[in-house]
Amino acid sequence: MRRWSPFAAGLLFALGLGLSGMTDARKVIGFLDLFGRWDASLAFVMGGAVAVHLALLRFFRAPAIVDDDGCAVPSLHWLDRRTVVGSAIFGIGWGLAGYCPGPALVSVVSGQGAVLGFVAAMLAGAGLYAVWSARRG
Amino acid sequence: MHNFTPLRSLLGGMLLGLAASVLAIGAGRVAGISGIVGGLFTPGHEGRGWRLQFLAGLAVGGLVLLAVQPAVFASAGRSGPVLALAGILVGFGARLGGGCTSGHGVCGLSRLSGRSLVATIVFMATAMITVLVTGA
Repeated sequence: MRRWSPFAAGLLFALGLGLSGMTDARKVIGFLDLFGRWDASLAFVMGGAVAVHLALLRFFRAPAIVDDDGCAVPSLHWLDRRTVVGSAIFGIGWGLAGYCPGPALVSVVSGQGAVLGFVAAMLAGAGLYAVWSARRG
Repeated sequence: MHNFTPLRSLLGGMLLGLAASVLAIGAGRVAGISGIVGGLFTPGHEGRGWRLQFLAGLAVGGLVLLAVQPAVFASAGRSGPVLALAGILVGFGARLGGGCTSGHGVCGLSRLSGRSLVATIVFMATAMITVLVTGA
């Protein structure tokens, strides 16, 4: 069972993104358009996701989660300037296109030019970060 | 309120929470999409297998959606240069900030991480300001 948990998680994640409306970039822009024709639906996505995840993590006493560097997640370095600057940059891109990484990747199967271009640029941006952070050491 | 779909969005969100829980409880990993993808870019990184497995699941899920409900895929009609700039900002910014909507917004908040709460408030704010400035 456990062997397949990453695959099952990815599958459920894609279905959740599609059902919730996150793969519809127009809907995402509508949610971000707080001062215009606001569509509040996507607030329910985060609410539902956090409620279920928080409850299941506690109920099943999830094992220690490790991050990319093998550190236990609760010991993640506390808030720093990179978190704020990076999140600000990410938000600008999200607002420009209406895509964040998960929905964009799931939408690749639709073959739409817009999403293919966005994902190519997103991978380039992630690659740029890998090069930049390796140089900084 | 336009195109308001609270029930669908709530159910979809609950599926996302279930997905993140399956990954956390089954494999001890965080369902942060930018981190899962970004980890593939770092040479010598352990754990390629689970990342590729997750992405394969994501693709299969996408194909299921395409078969039963293709209307869920829609772009916002942005031009090529805007999409290219947006993609670079999203890819770079999410890695620099240590997460995106999934890693900080779902997983981090569920672990009651203060850092993720700040990150989520910051990217929500800059995204809303961007839409305000550039127009929906």
